[in-house]
Amino acid sequence: MKFVDEFRDADKAHALAARIAALCEPGRQYKLMEVCGGHTHTIYKHGLEDYLPEQVTLVHGPGCPVCVIPMGRVDDAMALASDPDVIMTSFGDMMRVPGSNGSFFDAKARGTDIRMVYSPLDSLKIARQNPDKRVVFMAIGFETTAPSTAMTVLRAAAEGLTNFSIFCNHVTIIPAIKAILDSPDLRLDGFIGPGHVSTVIGCRPYEFIARDYGKPVVVAGFEPLDILQSIYMLMLQLANGQATIENQYSRVVPWDGNAVALRAIGQTMELRPYFEWRGLGFISHSALKVRDSYARFDAENLFPVPGVRVADPKACQCGEVLKGVLKPWECKVFGTACTPETPIGTCMVSPEGACAAYYNYGRLTRHRVREATTS
Amino acid sequence: MTTPDLDASPDGPASARWVEAALREHDAQAASEATRFEHRGSPQPLPGTVREELVLERIDRARRARPRVKEDRITMSHGAGGKATQTLIEALFLDAFRNPVLEPLEDAARLHVNGARVAMTTDSYVVSPLFFPGGDIGDLAVNGTVNDLSMAGATPLFLSAGFILEEGFPVADLARIAASMQAAARQAGVQVVTGDTKVVQKGKADGCYINTAGIGVIEHSINLGVAQARPGDVIMVSGPIGDHGITIMLARGELDIEADIYSDTAPLNGLVADLLAAAPGLHALRDATRGGVATILNEIATAAGVGVVVSEDDIPVRAVVRGASELLGIDPMYVACEGRLVAVVSPEYADNALAALRAHPLGAQAAVIGTVTAEPPGIVQLKTAFGGTRIVDLLVGDPLPRIC
Amino acid sequence: MCLGIPGEVIEFLPDQPDLARVDVSGVRRVINVGLLVDEKVEPGDWVLIHVGFALSKIDEDEAAAALQFLEGIGQAYEDELAALAESRIE
Repeated sequence: MKFVDEFRDADKAHALAARIAALCEPGRQYKLMEVCGGHTHTIYKHGLEDYLPEQVTLVHGPGCPVCVIPMGRVDDAMALASDPDVIMTSFGDMMRVPGSNGSFFDAKARGTDIRMVYSPLDSLKIARQNPDKRVVFMAIGFETTAPSTAMTVLRAAAEGLTNFSIFCNHVTIIPAIKAILDSPDLRLDGFIGPGHVSTVIGCRPYEFIARDYGKPVVVAGFEPLDILQSIYMLMLQLANGQATIENQYSRVVPWDGNAVALRAIGQTMELRPYFEWRGLGFISHSALKVRDSYARFDAENLFPVPGVRVADPKACQCGEVLKGVLKPWECKVFGTACTPETPIGTCMVSPEGACAAYYNYGRLTRHRVREATTS
Repeated sequence: MTTPDLDASPDGPASARWVEAALREHDAQAASEATRFEHRGSPQPLPGTVREELVLERIDRARRARPRVKEDRITMSHGAGGKATQTLIEALFLDAFRNPVLEPLEDAARLHVNGARVAMTTDSYVVSPLFFPGGDIGDLAVNGTVNDLSMAGATPLFLSAGFILEEGFPVADLARIAASMQAAARQAGVQVVTGDTKVVQKGKADGCYINTAGIGVIEHSINLGVAQARPGDVIMVSGPIGDHGITIMLARGELDIEADIYSDTAPLNGLVADLLAAAPGLHALRDATRGGVATILNEIATAAGVGVVVSEDDIPVRAVVRGASELLGIDPMYVACEGRLVAVVSPEYADNALAALRAHPLGAQAAVIGTVTAEPPGIVQLKTAFGGTRIVDLLVGDPLPRIC
Repeated sequence: MCLGIPGEVIEFLPDQPDLARVDVSGVRRVINVGLLVDEKVEPGDWVLIHVGFALSKIDEDEAAAALQFLEGIGQAYEDELAALAESRIE
């Protein structure tokens, strides 16, 4: 596969790994946060951590937009879906996220009309084919996905569709990163920047991280070599005492982002004053809602939404895992009460969550793995 | 971060009852563990690696605990072939029917009937759409049952076919399905000797459901079963994986994806016969249906208490299956096949086995994908194409397309 | 949400300028290219596909440069390994 296979070459990986190791100061520990769920997934899926020296630890941040949706909002979505006139459409990632009373999957089992879609545009097709029903699209994702939702709303408006709306749960990445940076127990040396979010917002929004917090950021692609190269670039900055923003994913990410995408978002959506993030609490100006001018496509305007807050259980330590303070297996309920089948907190809820990724893929101490696979 | 006072109810935010229940259960479990392991307690914080080991041991214990079905309703996960299916079978069905013939939970039961060794199996087919590139529910039904018998090392002989038809289902379609079944049966050398027909009201049965049962005779002395896998055994697959599952996913039309791909449904009894003749050191055979190759590897590891190590580079996947999987964010290792087998062979016979597979048209692209190891028991590991390592666990639910 | 995959633009749909058919390793799907309206996208171009939309046009020059860097690293590594193998202290 072009633009994919070349970035999965094992030989080049060894070379990069050697360079990364050579850049480690003896006795110094390096903690690099990757913010994006897709990066977490690649790291575990390809066993990338095997290439890193012991001194370099990767910490998985809150870049999984499925994971950070509070249970209360899932309950709200289920309430919307339970309306017999409603067909709810959702990405696959959302189907297994549990609310207080089960997930979309469970609701489907009880007869609720919830359909999985690959693209928000597929919801429009369903709306056209079912004029007597009202289609509600569960809109989730960071700035990567928001433009697609926005374009879908614009298309619905152009077609004059009257039975389509979105339940908007789009969140924005910068406030989350800032919340991590402002956290008193922070111990991070640098960031592997989200590749596809940056396709939309560009690289400038990260400048405050270098300027105000003195941490380097390298915007990274999603193939294993992309991530390794980005780690190498971060280590180089750290070795030289630098803190700047670099774009490793330049084949896809334009420095200034995608103006058309940003315009589409701006036209149809605006920032909410605050939004609750599972594990991180309330963060101001961190999420999007539909603008008044498009209120006819806003499910929260068209339907009664319960809006009940459901607290994270006290035993849940997701907040600390998200900030890099705890590793997944250090959480007291990891693997026992909280597993991928019965996820309690955000980090286990989606396969990209740090705990789920670790449980599903990385769940062996390194030396045991080396024992078994080098024999 | 400010926390505005938004609580809708005067008592404060609600909390999910099922979470509280899960945590209470966990605390009770931890408390009973603590009393048992009190003497091991150490006041000093343990070094990182040792702590991680303890947590992993805790997880292993939790996973080995007696399976229990926690849900009070069946969900699609229970049919996906992964963890939920297994739990349902072990906790509910095995519990209800318990007997030594059922316990091994292999693809087919091995029976002794008046001195003859007979294998018996049953399967239900609920695929939608009924007709897809490469086949239809009829071929699937015949081939699936023929294959389950073949995996037991039996020569398939006779099939039953029970039909549950939806009111309004076109007779022409039924005729088409029956014709497919006869063609498949002829190709496999079996006969449909008995059957049943029921009709249910419109809205049930998705058009047509088929159940087939089959019997065959075991005419050699090789004892096949996933529990027979031994450290050092070689694991091979008979051809590229994931074709059927991806075909069905695309054929459903919801994803609007077109590709030149068709189901791999095929009867494997001829291939198995060749394999048995060439490799008496065959330990296990499984066809990679629901849950895919990954599920079978886990079944081997768990049943035999061994480790399994496979190499991503060696697993054959067609480019178009790979493309569709990448696009949808699915792992082909978990995608169903309907005409592929996984064989576990003792090392002395590995070369013969591979040659025998490759000599047969259905095994032309057979490949060695990995080995059985002694450690760590019950775990399947993948050496990624990139050179790293990761675990391949049992699936939780259906492989759903992801966007993230 | 991160899953973006590179695909090649095959053709535009005749009556709908916003829609193009793309190919990913032999798998084809119609996607919306409206987000790239400011760029000139032509059949043969590669785009990044995410939930049925093209998010960005892949810059083949940058891709080549990225690969060249990686080749360089790989080659330097090979050279070093070779040098290591050849050098003898005794």
